[in-house]
Amino acid sequence: MNPALAIHWPMVAVLVRRAMNEILRVPGAAIPGVLAPTIFFLGLTAVFGELTELGGFGTEDYQSFIIGVSLLQGSGFTGAATGVNLARDIEAGWFDRLLASPAPRPVILAGTVLSAALRALIPAAVLLTVGFAIGVSWPGFDGLALAIIGVMGLATAAACWGCALALRFRTQSAAPLMQAGMFVLVLCTTSYAPREHLQGWLHTVATINPVTQVLEMVRQGFLGTVTWHETWPGLVTIVALVAVLAAFALRGIRRMAD
Amino acid sequence: MAGLVANARVVASLGARSVRQTFRRPQLAAPIVVFPSLLLAVQTGGAGGAVNLPQFPEVNGFLDFMLAGAMIQSCLLAGNSGGIALAVDLEMGFTDRLFAAPISRYAIVLGRLAGTAALGAISAVYYVVIGLVFGVTYEEGVGGVVLMVLWVTLAAVAFGSIAAAIALRAGRASVVQGMFPMIFVILFLSTAFFPAELMQEPAATVAEYNPLSFVVAGVRDPVVSVVTGEGALKAFASIVGFAALGLGLSALAMRRRLRLG
Repeated sequence: MNPALAIHWPMVAVLVRRAMNEILRVPGAAIPGVLAPTIFFLGLTAVFGELTELGGFGTEDYQSFIIGVSLLQGSGFTGAATGVNLARDIEAGWFDRLLASPAPRPVILAGTVLSAALRALIPAAVLLTVGFAIGVSWPGFDGLALAIIGVMGLATAAACWGCALALRFRTQSAAPLMQAGMFVLVLCTTSYAPREHLQGWLHTVATINPVTQVLEMVRQGFLGTVTWHETWPGLVTIVALVAVLAAFALRGIRRMAD
Repeated sequence: MAGLVANARVVASLGARSVRQTFRRPQLAAPIVVFPSLLLAVQTGGAGGAVNLPQFPEVNGFLDFMLAGAMIQSCLLAGNSGGIALAVDLEMGFTDRLFAAPISRYAIVLGRLAGTAALGAISAVYYVVIGLVFGVTYEEGVGGVVLMVLWVTLAAVAFGSIAAAIALRAGRASVVQGMFPMIFVILFLSTAFFPAELMQEPAATVAEYNPLSFVVAGVRDPVVSVVTGEGALKAFASIVGFAALGLGLSALAMRRRLRLG
């Protein structure tokens, strides 16, 4: 192991454990992140299920088409919630103590956002259980692994986004901005229908929205076979999103420390 | 008579305060405008091809069909925001001071609902304008638009009364806030976003008998078809039913709160 990583890894692990403790101590806090995407998943399936009659969805079961969106919605909400938690820590003065510690700034950020990646598995597990119960196609182990990578990756990006805003505004009042940002990013994709059925502005936005690549990577296993052609754009997007948003968050930490 | 005028003045003052409060706190105003507008835009762009399905009713465009859903979503959220604000007043002790004042207790709730009604009317006008900007055809003309605004305003009062009852019973904003996901459950189980005949079971059957569907139809008819006496009566009866439920529960919750202190 890289010596620097070996030194700092225990600090990251402690910060992740602290964030995970909240699930045990305040289990109710995880409910909105689970409930909202599950309600949307069931609701959209019931309401728009007949859309597949238009063709081009790659499946006749709308639930198999929409599950990817709900998975990413869950990870987006969970990631954004990490920003809200950081804003609470800033308001309470706990984050100032963390900044005064000898932990390097990237380690503080890594501990915070990695917890989001792990916490995003909770709504994903619930959604997949509900989804398989109502007939979502089995994506295969490769498809499932890609879905989990997509969920954890987007949660990390969303957590970086939430943290960047928390460090900028330093108040929990910025929570709607954190959540709405992810909500918009996830929905303005091929969320409801394939690209050929999108109309007007949404067609253009979905084409340039990078989250569309992540969604199509996550979705492919549920619709059929996994291909490298549909996978690599999603992986590249996740890495790019995390890199850019983490840079913003790190700049926020540095500004706060100065 | 003098008492009635005094109470009307209290209701108007509290209503105006409620509207000002909503515009001052973005967390109360945002759900009324941002979420329904966003969903309206995404659902129209994403599921707009649904109008090509054979069983879909004859409409000029999917936005024409969806507009009523956005309006009802907005007034449900306006009602919820009003409930949250009432619960915050209870938490902060503002309502206790009103209880100690020489005014009718019911005027306190009606004041909040007057504010919710104003927000409902504002949101209805906002969506009518959105519709005009994006090419919606209002089949029933100006009269139909007035009727839509009226239904949405009354519906906001009815949904606000249910949220007020929850706020008075629980006394905590977090509990009323927790109703947010339930609003979407009720919406998905109605014809707010899609015709019942195209929805999947059991949601289709629930939507067919859900009183919210009658309110949605009342708001939608002036846009996509013609207003009928039967449709208007069903919408009005449903709104009255929601309001009676909400006001009855509010009265019970208020009595309990005053009894327990």
